[in-house]
Amino acid sequence: MSININENSCNGCPKRKEGRCERICPGNLIKRKNEKAVIENKSDCWDCAACVKACPQNAIEIYLPEEIGGKGANLLAEVKKNEIVWVIKNQSGNYKEYHLAR
Amino acid sequence: MEISEKNTDILIIGGGAAGSFAGIMAKEYAPDFDVTIIEKAHIDRSGCLAAGINAINAYLTPGQTPEKYLDYVKRDSNGLVRDDLVYSIGQGLNRVTQKVEEWGLPIHKDEDGNYLARGPRSIKIDGENFKPILANKVRKSRVEVLNRTVATNYIIQDGAVRGSYAFNLRDGIFYVIKAKAVICATGGAAGIYRPNNSGQARHKMWYSPFNTGAGYAMGIRAGAEMTTFEMRFVALRVKDVLAPTGSFAFAGAKQVNSNGEEYLKKYDKINTPIRLYATVQEEKAGKGPCFLNLNNISKEEGEELKRSLLGMCPGIVLQWEEQGISTDNIKVEIEGTEPYIVGGHCQAGYWIDKNRQTTLPGLFAAGDVAGGAPKKYVTGAFVEGETAVINAIKYSRESDFVDDIQDSMIKEEYNRVIRPLKHTDGITVEELENKLQDIMEEYAGGKSKSYELEEETLKEARILLKELKKQADHIVAENHHQLMLAHEVIDRIEVARVLVEHLIYRKETRWPAYQTRIDYPERKEDWLKFINSVIDTDSKKIKIIERDYQSLK
Ligand SMILES: Cc1cc2nc3c(=O)[nH]c(=O)nc-3n(C[C@H](O)[C@H](O)[C@H](O)COP(=O)(O)OP(=O)(O)OC[C@H]3O[C@@H](n4cnc5c(N)ncnc54)[C@H](O)[C@@H]3O)c2cc1C
Ligand code: SF4
Ligand code: SF4
Repeated sequence: MSININENSCNGCPKRKEGRCERICPGNLIKRKNEKAVIENKSDCWDCAACVKACPQNAIEIYLPEEIGGKGANLLAEVKKNEIVWVIKNQSGNYKEYHLAR
Repeated sequence: MEISEKNTDILIIGGGAAGSFAGIMAKEYAPDFDVTIIEKAHIDRSGCLAAGINAINAYLTPGQTPEKYLDYVKRDSNGLVRDDLVYSIGQGLNRVTQKVEEWGLPIHKDEDGNYLARGPRSIKIDGENFKPILANKVRKSRVEVLNRTVATNYIIQDGAVRGSYAFNLRDGIFYVIKAKAVICATGGAAGIYRPNNSGQARHKMWYSPFNTGAGYAMGIRAGAEMTTFEMRFVALRVKDVLAPTGSFAFAGAKQVNSNGEEYLKKYDKINTPIRLYATVQEEKAGKGPCFLNLNNISKEEGEELKRSLLGMCPGIVLQWEEQGISTDNIKVEIEGTEPYIVGGHCQAGYWIDKNRQTTLPGLFAAGDVAGGAPKKYVTGAFVEGETAVINAIKYSRESDFVDDIQDSMIKEEYNRVIRPLKHTDGITVEELENKLQDIMEEYAGGKSKSYELEEETLKEARILLKELKKQADHIVAENHHQLMLAHEVIDRIEVARVLVEHLIYRKETRWPAYQTRIDYPERKEDWLKFINSVIDTDSKKIKIIERDYQSLK
């Protein structure tokens, strides 16, 4: 499993000592380079989605690697005070939303 | 690397479920104490709880008692558990649940305000945010947290644990942390066997790939007694994405083979290991793959299941999207995972007394790293964290900091830790890891072998691992992150060696699928005893010790 970090949406969490995603990855996999977050080794990712939920810019999406049947769908999370909205985008570009209490 | 020394009254290694809970409790029971947690990632999301969980799986719903909890755990583990440990966990489960609710964990309730039960020992929670809730409470309690600090070995003097060595991933500082008492809470070990998934999905495993058995390895190297490594844990999971099957079972799913037969009907007693064992048997008989079939639920129930899975395994929702599975006709393929060593589901870990003290004075253990009490899950880890800390406080009041650690001792560990950075050529982390996983897969009952074990191949594994340990001396790392990875593999080799000795020694089949000996297929009354091991710190040989089972009744 792995993530993509959208370079255009990532603003590098300015003024923070660490990017929010960089801070919370349980595998220490994300680093900021030139004010952009990058994942060093995608195959080390556990798929916990902690970074996806932490990013205020919604710059991180999670996808299934080809090895386990990924064909291009991805998943984003918008975290609000009392809920998380999970947004799935499938191969044909259609969106589905799931609202979860938190 | 710069060397930095510090003192703390109580040192907790690993800031996951057990470690965080222990830290908070330490400040409650001993506000005057300095309490430090070292955590190799960041406490906000580290460990098994990173993604969040949707249930508390060890809780006594109305009508349940610690006695019944013990009976259940014992039955599920075919009679062999540490009754004293399991019982004391049963006594604390509801107390710790109430605490985390007070700290902000949302728990589902029925109209009367009672917790909503999923089963006799399971309640539903909105646990996506579980770890941040714990981490906030740790901060509020004024526990010192050293994030990105990787523990490597204990400081030992006269056979007692007096602190820990560690290094920081970001600034490269090498720490010598002296403490009056130490609690190990580093979780279990993944990555010992070849993972189910490969390539970019290789870390898509059930257990946290970042828990790599550091606490076990540190204990093994220090001569602590370990128990029941041979009871490996294999989870029955949804193929590829390894989503948990429990939520499906609670929704009424049937396990069927490729012919559509409900194969669990062949078994009269169905429990967690049997569900897995039965599936492996169907596959072996050519009736695989097996599925979870949920074709008789409403679309709404299906959507509800999907949402409950999203919180802990978003991958499955993506998988359904990719495969076009609709929620009114759910049929998912299931399989066993690679084996893990984990004391919270099975019972591999430190041999501890009822105070959670290990056989090394000054060292306590809690959670997945502590042995003898399977099925304790997150709340059991909390209970053990609390028990460990109460006794660590008592111990600390009567001990003091080690005053003179010999420089040579510090230097020796420092050199061991940084050695991979000094190598320019040698074996890479990836190469060494692959070799380890290949050996264990082939010769020590991996998934492709239907988890089956036999003496002859295990002895082969023993020889190969001995050789591999020598190769590990030549592992290379180019930066601090790789240095952490290098030590993770070194630690896993240590764990694998002890595991293989345990597997060789138990000459019966006590826990089918977790520990199936094809050369000793029966379960035997005279093996109702614990197999423990300890390394002789001088000769470095692994010695096996038998310990009697003791019934509480
Ligand atoms: C995917 C998954 C789902 C689960 N779902 C449920 C559920 O629904 N209900 C339930 O009750 N239980 C569940 N559990 C079980 C529960 O999460 C564990 O029992 C519990 O987290 C164990 O606590 P622990 O403190 O022993 O380990 P962890 O919480 O994993 O903590 C170990 C910590 O030690 C740190 N560490 C490791 N090595 C070092 C080192 N060398 N130096 C410093 N720090 C180190 C790790 O980074 C980690 O933070 C689940 C477990 C998993 C893996
Ligand atoms: S999904 Fe989890 S493991 Fe993967 S990069 Fe994000 S935080 Fe790290
Ligand atoms: S959290 Fe988002 S915005 Fe901040 S560094 Fe990470 S990807 Fe960039």
